Amino acid sequence: MAIKTESFVLNFGPQHPSTHGVFRMRMTLNGEVVVDMEPVFGYLHRGIEKVAEERTYKQNIPFTDRLDYLASMAGNLAYCLAVEKLADIPVPERAEHIRVIIAELQRIASHLIAVGAFLNDCGAFMTPILYMIREREKILDLFEMVSGQRLTYNFMRFGGVSQDIPEEFMPALEKVIAEMPGFIDEYDRLLAENEILLARAKGVGILPKELAINIGASGPVLRGSGVKWDIRKADSYSIYDRFEFEIPTGTVGDCYDRYRVRIQEMRQSVRIIKQAMEQLPEGEVLTEVPLRLRPPKGEAYGRIEAPKGELGFYLVSDYSPNPYRFHIRAPSLINLTALRDMAVGWKIADAIITFGSIDICMGEVDR
Amino acid sequence: MYLLDNYWIHFAVFTVVIIAFILTMVMGFIYIERRALGFIQVRLGPNRTGPFGLLQPVADAIKVLIKEDIIPSKGDKLIFWLAPLVAFVPVFMIFAVVPFQRGALLADLNVGILYVVAVSSIVAVGVFMAGWSSNNKYSLVGAMRDVAQLISYEIPLGLAILSVVLLAGSLSLTRIVEAQSIPFILLQPLGFLIFFIAALAEVNRCPFDLLEADSEIVAGFNIEYSGMKFAMFFLAEYCEVLVLSALVATLFLGGWRGPLLPPFLWFIIKIVAVFLFVIWIRATIPRLRIDQVMGFAWKGLLPLALINLLITALEVLVWKGTLPWLAIFLNIAIMAVLILLWSKFFRLGGGRVEV
Repeated sequence: MAIKTESFVLNFGPQHPSTHGVFRMRMTLNGEVVVDMEPVFGYLHRGIEKVAEERTYKQNIPFTDRLDYLASMAGNLAYCLAVEKLADIPVPERAEHIRVIIAELQRIASHLIAVGAFLNDCGAFMTPILYMIREREKILDLFEMVSGQRLTYNFMRFGGVSQDIPEEFMPALEKVIAEMPGFIDEYDRLLAENEILLARAKGVGILPKELAINIGASGPVLRGSGVKWDIRKADSYSIYDRFEFEIPTGTVGDCYDRYRVRIQEMRQSVRIIKQAMEQLPEGEVLTEVPLRLRPPKGEAYGRIEAPKGELGFYLVSDYSPNPYRFHIRAPSLINLTALRDMAVGWKIADAIITFGSIDICMGEVDR
Repeated sequence: MYLLDNYWIHFAVFTVVIIAFILTMVMGFIYIERRALGFIQVRLGPNRTGPFGLLQPVADAIKVLIKEDIIPSKGDKLIFWLAPLVAFVPVFMIFAVVPFQRGALLADLNVGILYVVAVSSIVAVGVFMAGWSSNNKYSLVGAMRDVAQLISYEIPLGLAILSVVLLAGSLSLTRIVEAQSIPFILLQPLGFLIFFIAALAEVNRCPFDLLEADSEIVAGFNIEYSGMKFAMFFLAEYCEVLVLSALVATLFLGGWRGPLLPPFLWFIIKIVAVFLFVIWIRATIPRLRIDQVMGFAWKGLLPLALINLLITALEVLVWKGTLPWLAIFLNIAIMAVLILLWSKFFRLGGGRVEV
């Protein structure tokens, strides 16, 4: 007698511990093998893009905190860059340096969570992510010093930053930066040679170079596939052209490569922060900008290399205090479109670590 | 002890003692696990209920008892009811033959270890019943994984036990402990490793906890269970670890034997030590994938267990029961060579399936 088997559909999420929020995968499974997958998002849609059109430019800064809530500073920075382009606002030197320091700290903080959560998806029961959070706490303490907040900072302003860094910031930053490389090395040593991690992550969830470019992937996902593309170098913004750093890339584009790229990027961020700290000048941190800013008619696209990829804000002004169009190019969403191609044919467990290695934040995907 | 010589009184007393022992140990285990995990993961762990959080297991028990008992409307209700019992009872039954000290056991079966292996396999049936009757895809996937994994790992587990039996010359657990003038972990280092890894897989502990993989299939077979029925599975899981620790202590660490302290205390110390090791593994190692788990059993553990059995048999034949200290060094050397060979040629593979 022939036994009849058929594939079944598993609704993976939106309430699931490893979907990093309210993401849903409609997986067609043949036993353990993922035959087809359909990503479903929109459960966290808040209409930020539309609401922003009814509010003044300055009132929109807090919204950018709530996109990628694990890297709020990056959202702030990208939006402020876009408005500065639109209204042609100069930024003082000191503010530029503070912005670079803060943005790179934010990159480390975000990558810590990304790597920790990836390992959590691999099944390392909470230990890696808790160590990562321990280190992230130190960075959050620094952010609390400058902005008073620990999650949604609302720190950057058009033409600078909201306030100068306090006195105790620099010694504390020096301490964190001195400790961070040792910590990253220790962590890397423990995990990079772990036989089970290698077996799980090497060669799994491969994103080919061509596909990565075609879908418009960016950030560690693109660089893991071996494309040397970093907006800090390719389309230098702020004062990044003054600093020396390398762009780490992977080779094959599997989960392990993406993990390695993140670890190495943290080291490069430490390098940038050190240089910025040495060069930090005295002076003003904020250019005076009218509260109801009316940028001249036109459009602008401000983009930065956010921890998760290219974060861009496309703004259209019609010389009113509100933006006529407020569009967000969220790296998480664009990177997520590669998930189906990466996960089909692998097992459920692989699909999950592939998803984890993309490092998405649902606040940004659904906006 | 005249009274205990009576069969029925012996039976009654030891049943009560064993159940009390298991329940207290399991409560202790839950507390130890949470505190030890907290210690490893740079956090505190439960420390609010009672002194040092000692009453946390009690609080958990009360919470679980007053929870609503939910039965999935499209599930198979009878099997859904039976499954926790089928998973729970065999684990308790194993303790009937585990000697706490000389003569202190419910039934000194002359086929004790065979009984342990046989009874412990029943747990898989209970887990599969739970997975099937929940009418939930996650739990079905978990249950399928469990059955595949348990059947695969039972073979290296049995072979590792066989080599111990060869050394001791008996299937009775009491006799095995009495035969250990040198703990068998020294005479059987490879056997110990195989037994420990296979037993970890049998009780679904990390890195073989695919059955309940929180990050993949949420909680696997017990996803639909709540209240007391969930508590039964939870208890069964910890009892299984207790059994694992007790068996490792009995078969390889010399059971109740030890200097100075009373035998019963030695036994408990060894159990807790093994358990702490299990927690340590859980807190540090990521999970394997299902095909890698199966490959590891069939390509890694099974050949090694067969080789180990052959070597042990030859040694027993040559030295005729008077195993000298030379055997210890020889076996450790053989283990090192075999593990090096396997790590060189054996890869946890698995790859993409064309669909």
